Amino acid sequence: MIRIEPREAPPRALRWGLPPLAALAALALAAIPLWLAGADVTRAYGLMAQGVFGSAFAVSEMLTRATPLILTGLAAAVAFRARLWNIGAEGQLYLGALAAVAAGTGAIDAPPWALAPLVIAAGALAGALAMAAPTVMKARLGVDEVVTTLLMNFVIILFVQMMLEGPFKDPMGMGWPQSEPMVEAAMLPRLFDRMRVHAGLLIGLAAALAAHVALSRTTWGFRVRAVGENPAAARHAGISVGRTLLGVGAVSGALAGLAGVGEVAGLKGYLTADLSPGFGYAGIVVAMLAGLSPLGVVAAALFVASVFVGADSMSRALGVSSYLADLIVALSLICVLAGGFLARYRVRMG
Amino acid sequence: MDLLSILLTDSFWAASLRIATPLIFGVLGALVCERAGVLNLGIEGIFVAGSLAGWLAVWLGASLWGGVAAAALTGAAFGLLHAVLTVPLGLSQHVSGLAVTLLASSSAYFTYRTVLPNLAAPPRIEPFRPLGLGPLADIPFLGPVLGQQTALTWAALAMVALVWWVLNRTALGLALRAVGDNPDAVDAQGLSVHGLRIGAVVAGSALMAVGGAFLTMSAFDAFFIGMVNGRGWICIALVIFASWRPGKALLGALLFGAFEAFQVRAQTQAGAVLPSQIFLMAPYVLSIVALTLAARGADYPRALLKPWFKGRR
Amino acid sequence: MTQAPVVLRLSGLSKRFGAVQANEAVSLDLRRGEILALLGENGAGKTTLMNMLFGHYLPDAGSVAVADRDGRLAALPLGQPQAALRAGVGMVHQHFTLAENLTTFENVILGAEPLFGFRRGRAAARARLKALMARTGLHAPLDERVARLSVGERQRVEILKALWRDARILVLDEPTAVLTPQEADALFATVAGMAADGLSVIFISHKLREVLAFSHRIVVLRAGRNVGGMTTASADARAIAAMMVGGALPAQPRPAQAAPGAPVLRLSGARIDAPEARRRLAPCDMAVRAGEIVGVAGVSGNGQAALAALVSGLARPSGGTVELFGQPVTRFDPAAFIAAGVGRIPEDRHHDGVAGAMTVAENLVIERLGDPAVSRAGFLRRRAIADAARKICAAYDVRGPGPEAPARLLSGGNIQKLILARVLDRKPGLILANQPTRGLDVGAAAAVARRLIAAKARGAGVLLISEDLDEVLALSDRVLAIHAGEIREAGAPATLDRDRLGLMMAGEAA
Repeated sequence: MIRIEPREAPPRALRWGLPPLAALAALALAAIPLWLAGADVTRAYGLMAQGVFGSAFAVSEMLTRATPLILTGLAAAVAFRARLWNIGAEGQLYLGALAAVAAGTGAIDAPPWALAPLVIAAGALAGALAMAAPTVMKARLGVDEVVTTLLMNFVIILFVQMMLEGPFKDPMGMGWPQSEPMVEAAMLPRLFDRMRVHAGLLIGLAAALAAHVALSRTTWGFRVRAVGENPAAARHAGISVGRTLLGVGAVSGALAGLAGVGEVAGLKGYLTADLSPGFGYAGIVVAMLAGLSPLGVVAAALFVASVFVGADSMSRALGVSSYLADLIVALSLICVLAGGFLARYRVRMG
Repeated sequence: MDLLSILLTDSFWAASLRIATPLIFGVLGALVCERAGVLNLGIEGIFVAGSLAGWLAVWLGASLWGGVAAAALTGAAFGLLHAVLTVPLGLSQHVSGLAVTLLASSSAYFTYRTVLPNLAAPPRIEPFRPLGLGPLADIPFLGPVLGQQTALTWAALAMVALVWWVLNRTALGLALRAVGDNPDAVDAQGLSVHGLRIGAVVAGSALMAVGGAFLTMSAFDAFFIGMVNGRGWICIALVIFASWRPGKALLGALLFGAFEAFQVRAQTQAGAVLPSQIFLMAPYVLSIVALTLAARGADYPRALLKPWFKGRR
Repeated sequence: MTQAPVVLRLSGLSKRFGAVQANEAVSLDLRRGEILALLGENGAGKTTLMNMLFGHYLPDAGSVAVADRDGRLAALPLGQPQAALRAGVGMVHQHFTLAENLTTFENVILGAEPLFGFRRGRAAARARLKALMARTGLHAPLDERVARLSVGERQRVEILKALWRDARILVLDEPTAVLTPQEADALFATVAGMAADGLSVIFISHKLREVLAFSHRIVVLRAGRNVGGMTTASADARAIAAMMVGGALPAQPRPAQAAPGAPVLRLSGARIDAPEARRRLAPCDMAVRAGEIVGVAGVSGNGQAALAALVSGLARPSGGTVELFGQPVTRFDPAAFIAAGVGRIPEDRHHDGVAGAMTVAENLVIERLGDPAVSRAGFLRRRAIADAARKICAAYDVRGPGPEAPARLLSGGNIQKLILARVLDRKPGLILANQPTRGLDVGAAAAVARRLIAAKARGAGVLLISEDLDEVLALSDRVLAIHAGEIREAGAPATLDRDRLGLMMAGEAA
């Protein structure tokens, strides 16, 4: 007879140990598709590790990949703490990138020192606004925000494509739908010579710290957590649930918008319709792996970035489909979810 | 501009029904899950997995209906994963569904690329052919419209009737409707809450996967990365719009199919004036609007999203 | 009755939930045609015991034997409601187990027909149900959705569900919690009739008075154990009460005479319109003055929720005015009411009272985040909050794993003390106490009552809404009756006519 009993509180060790365990479990489970694809499993893992840690450049590539993931991970984590299911980070990222390009390709007349902050502010604002409509619809009309934010992703990406083929199109782009390049002064500086990792990483780290402090030490963060834990009790206690949700939604959208800013103003220098290979969705996995903790998001983002960069490198060498990375990320979400069960319940035999 | 005359052509209505078919399967599948109290956001991934499974089975030599069975089984398997995570383990239905979507689509894409490494043109299979209506083909309007449909579309229509009948006229359907409202009521009458919910999610997921298979086995004849393109999410919106009823689900899917068919044709006429993306955006915007309108006073199954555990009173 | 054969035997049933031993080695017998009352205070383990009988819980130890149709005792497979139903055990739960989207008929036959069969014979079933209703006098509209039925009708459907399965043993869990005194009498009369026909009945209650009036035999549970049984005829009320509590009853707090001051709450024609009858409040004129306790007596679902929402600031009136401390209210939101000095004790402490995953300390400050003692420039003063929490928990006897532990680890009684502490520490001028002792054991209930009386003595006005008529009569200076959203004066407890009050609660008296 298997008995399932609720635990009073998840044991400390399990709470901290669970995400790394889930990550390891997912990596281990990846052996199955690797084997099915006919690859030499141990060699594949070795190549993956080498692709991430094999050189300084590799590490910097991993950090570059982690930068947008930290921000979209924070976007998801902060919103999910209020039980606001923002699945629209992908679209908010693109809108943020579009705003960054609008502000940073020379159309706006501003002194050079003000351009980068302007670009950052524009991207954050655009992301926040993108999340405003679904949040209002949830707060006022009770419309489920999961579906609205998901559908908005498609709408926004099509909108960006439309802009890239229209008013934002680079006349020098040889016909490709891409934006004009960002002005030098508007770009986020690189952190090291000959490496692609850029100041966006610092923005991400600062945002993680700020989110952590805000959630645990401010009255705003208290309200966010209360609304997430028990909206009825929060309302009864005089907390305005609608206003709190709007605030959290704006912050969440802004963070995702900043991810777009980083990719455009820190990495690529111009906007194309394939800017993001699913950073928004991966951010959700990052947030869950982090247990919705802002500081944990940084660690989880590094893990997911490692998986993508490592798998990319391995896949080029071995000819295994790079979709393995997506598979591993999906498996790690399942593992952390299933593991969460063990943290909440004790399983007894007999 | 002759936009309104589009509505009078047979080909428009035939296309509407064809476009609606995967949505019919998807909405029915989501409806069955949600009536039992479980939100299944794995639908998008299950569409992808079903579309690959069916197509791949045929490409590897199975019959068309064998492919449909393969798709249904694939959907059922992913559905079982979602069911186990959300029903006996009671984990977040939102997160589990998204995880299943990610897992199912990445598994599908990985399998496709592994079995068929990058080819210039995706390989094709011999898809379902229009069935024709035989002696009835001469009925004006209905003849050509229905005659152009394949067996899977007829199956979709039959499914609407079957799901309606099971939900409203059988003891099993009564139990399913009850478990989505008050699982304690079902438990107190000696039935298994977990069994009913798991069964509903597995069956619903199988339906969803068949909807995906329609794309690669009937509407088109090849598998493309990204071909599902949000249809799963649109189905989730349509379920609310359909008030969780099979009849309204059919209506919603048909309206949606008509809208899509219209915008495709309107685009060729007005394409010079408006960018194509405006037309492509329209289905998603329509879904959001439908969702917003339906959200007011929506009769959600009372136990939706709430896990139930034995012995917790 | 001693001649009748044993139809049910519970032997040594035990059940533990985490650290709490809900039942310990409980044994009892039930004879055919007997009405056995299972008596005990809240938390004594009565419902847990019956849930084990019915199969909702799996016992840690012990066994159950039920007589089959031939009268022979056979072991009952445990942990399966299906088995209990097949053995002829039926249960009417305290919280009805009805699917509101289904009709009366559908709820009754749910699970009674084979899940995968084709032949159903619905017409015959309908006729059989109608006959059952006629035979027992328990009527409810057959094809109406349960969502639209009144509470009394729903209870009848619950009972019909059990009888439909040919229950030979019927368990009723707190059946009169939702009934007026007159409806309760009618129910017991029906049950007595069925017992005379051979049905064996166990009914759970914490109300000594009705147990003495309607049972043949009594078994008392205390702290999960069977502490004694006797025939009702030979029962001594005082001795039983002592058995329930394990010693002398704690002195029931008796409020001092009131010298009421100015009105702290006044409703003038205030009303709430709503599509559902149970959420409606008819235009009412009433007042609560400083230094008095006004009790609102009524059966659940008669508009108490609407009244409470109005006084909590959660609902705005559709008409009429509300005055707090002599000033008309313009802003109807909880924050404004809290700021004005209204303390609210919600009906459902888990749903509206505390955020279970947040700490005790956090739950203590949740209503006053802007207070300078709690935050500065938007940042929480964590040490100050922790210190204050320790002091308040000591002052109000909130026991648990400590102020930094999640609130959901506290027992029901301690959560209620937490809420009381939060409310009373601010010295509010008006207190809304909505079902403040529901689900609490006698000791915890007495503690709550003492706090309310102390608040009144300090000069606060208390609006007490309670389904427990005894509590209303014991604590109030003035009693109002509420029925179908209408509020009427009933008078002072010392002088009012209890029968008349019962009729007012049922809407049947002038």
